Amino acid sequence: MKSRAFAYPYVLWMALFVVAPIIIIVVYAFSASDGSFTLDNFSNMELYLSVFGRSFGLALIATITCLLLGYPLAYALAHEGPRAQGIMLMLIMLPMWMNFLLRTYAWMSLLEKTGLINRFLGLFGIAPLNMINTPFAVVLGMVYNYLPFMVLPIYSVIVKIDKSLLEAAQDLGAKPSTVFTRVIFPLSLSGVLSGITMVFVPAVSTFAISKLLGGNKTMLLGDLIEMQFLGGSYNPHLGSAIALVMMVVVMVCMFVMNRFGSDDEQVVMF
Amino acid sequence: MKRKIVSIVLVLAAVMMMLSLSSCGKEYDGEINVYNFGEYIDEQTYKDFEEEYNIKVNYTTYETCESLYSVLKLGGADYDVLITSDYMIGRMANEGMLMELDWDNIPNYELIDDKYKKLEYDPEELYSVPYMWGTVGLIYNREEIDEEITSWGALFDEKYSGNILMFDSPRDAFGVALSYLGYSLNTTDEAEIEEAYELLVQQKPLVQGYFQDQMYDKLESGEALLGAYYAGDYICMLENNPSLKFVVPDEGSNWYVDAFCIPNSCENKEAAELFINYMCQTDVTLANMESTGYASPNTEACDIYAEDLDESLAEIMFPSEEVLSRCEVFLNLPQNILDLYDSYMVKLKA
Repeated sequence: MKSRAFAYPYVLWMALFVVAPIIIIVVYAFSASDGSFTLDNFSNMELYLSVFGRSFGLALIATITCLLLGYPLAYALAHEGPRAQGIMLMLIMLPMWMNFLLRTYAWMSLLEKTGLINRFLGLFGIAPLNMINTPFAVVLGMVYNYLPFMVLPIYSVIVKIDKSLLEAAQDLGAKPSTVFTRVIFPLSLSGVLSGITMVFVPAVSTFAISKLLGGNKTMLLGDLIEMQFLGGSYNPHLGSAIALVMMVVVMVCMFVMNRFGSDDEQVVMF
Repeated sequence: MKRKIVSIVLVLAAVMMMLSLSSCGKEYDGEINVYNFGEYIDEQTYKDFEEEYNIKVNYTTYETCESLYSVLKLGGADYDVLITSDYMIGRMANEGMLMELDWDNIPNYELIDDKYKKLEYDPEELYSVPYMWGTVGLIYNREEIDEEITSWGALFDEKYSGNILMFDSPRDAFGVALSYLGYSLNTTDEAEIEEAYELLVQQKPLVQGYFQDQMYDKLESGEALLGAYYAGDYICMLENNPSLKFVVPDEGSNWYVDAFCIPNSCENKEAAELFINYMCQTDVTLANMESTGYASPNTEACDIYAEDLDESLAEIMFPSEEVLSRCEVFLNLPQNILDLYDSYMVKLKA
């Protein structure tokens, strides 16, 4: 029983800074500016359908790209010697020590028409590629910023897989490809699921990336919500309603995804 | 284990040292929080103010008037001095968000030309002290664009597709479209605003994006070839990119006054007024003009500044009556029109 007491500070923290804000968002979402109950904030939601669609679409593309890039990397990483692992992990983490906005600004000067990449291509007489201010640049920004969140959980699961299981599979005559699909991948699924969650959730609510790399033309949910609180149209009630709908949709996505894993591989919420 | 403890202690010591570095320095008699547009002051001027009056200035910046309004409305902000545009001052004054100024504490108000006083946003001169004024015009890269541009039409012209920048703030973006269509910038006719919105929708595939402060770098570096922006910034850009041109299009444009005001959140009104008064001093004004490229409403400072200013630059910095007669000041609009602007702006970008 005693050990439970140590959790109280955190319980208090959760109540104050997680539960209370959610309640405030719900209250705001269901009220008008004069404080009366209303559903108006939700009734106009279809106006923002394209923003919802784009945010979830781009986040999905970014998550799949992260998985395709991140899984092989995590796999390779887990099979290196301890020294190489240390160095490579450090290289993956290193960019995260720099401010997120700074990293995104750096991409701006890489992708611009007069940027480094196009100037380099220009040396070989290649016409400038149109990269900045496109949805492509936004996805690139997401992948760059969130890739470590995919690599690290997958890596930490793969590295703990019992080698004797792989040897047993080989002894029983499994081809290397079968060992991977029947043994390694199923065992690493919990890492994959938390990787997907850790990339998809922040990617859906991303803001600033579309402003810096997307030229403000591809508005995402994060930008739309920011606009209601800090930007042009001051309307925290609508902003809360959008945030609430987004939370519900993300929860549904996570719920569906977790059905893919078995009971002990479920992550985060359910 | 021992080594681990030693290294943890070392890291803690380093962090403590950084903390003490950031908080070191002298004791101030007071403190004011100033909120201004980006790149809109000579930073030395408020440092000199700190030195002279022993009042600490916490200086922060914002991008659009609308975001300033949101920050104030959300509450929790404790600004003492704001620098913002005419129409936003009108809106905040209407909604009772500003304090009346005590003119005894701002004797330098006398230095400001009557032309910039009692304008429509503050007709009884209760709330604001003009800081800078200027025009919005079309900036274009003469090296890449082989024609003299005199119309907003260039921003809607397909031949410049992919090279155009547009304002992100709703009043400015719609202002350009309304000017081009020959309507008033302050129109409350919903059909006219809708027409402007349709124009912006058609323009969307042609523009690189919707920007505010970022526009400066993009025009200066040649990343974009044309865009609507402020005269003062043009003058600063010119130093690094002499092939840029500025024109107030024939259809007319926006001219604006940005002014100091004190929001209700101010806790140290006397210090705030002292700051405003200091900023109106002719020598300080000159430093700010030099650094921002904008024209001050202080005639004495303008005369001194214009003495050794190139004539072509003077025409842009201090536009003639003929140019100004084509331009309009933004006025505060009724709430239903502001809501219309917002919903169009979201639809445009969504």
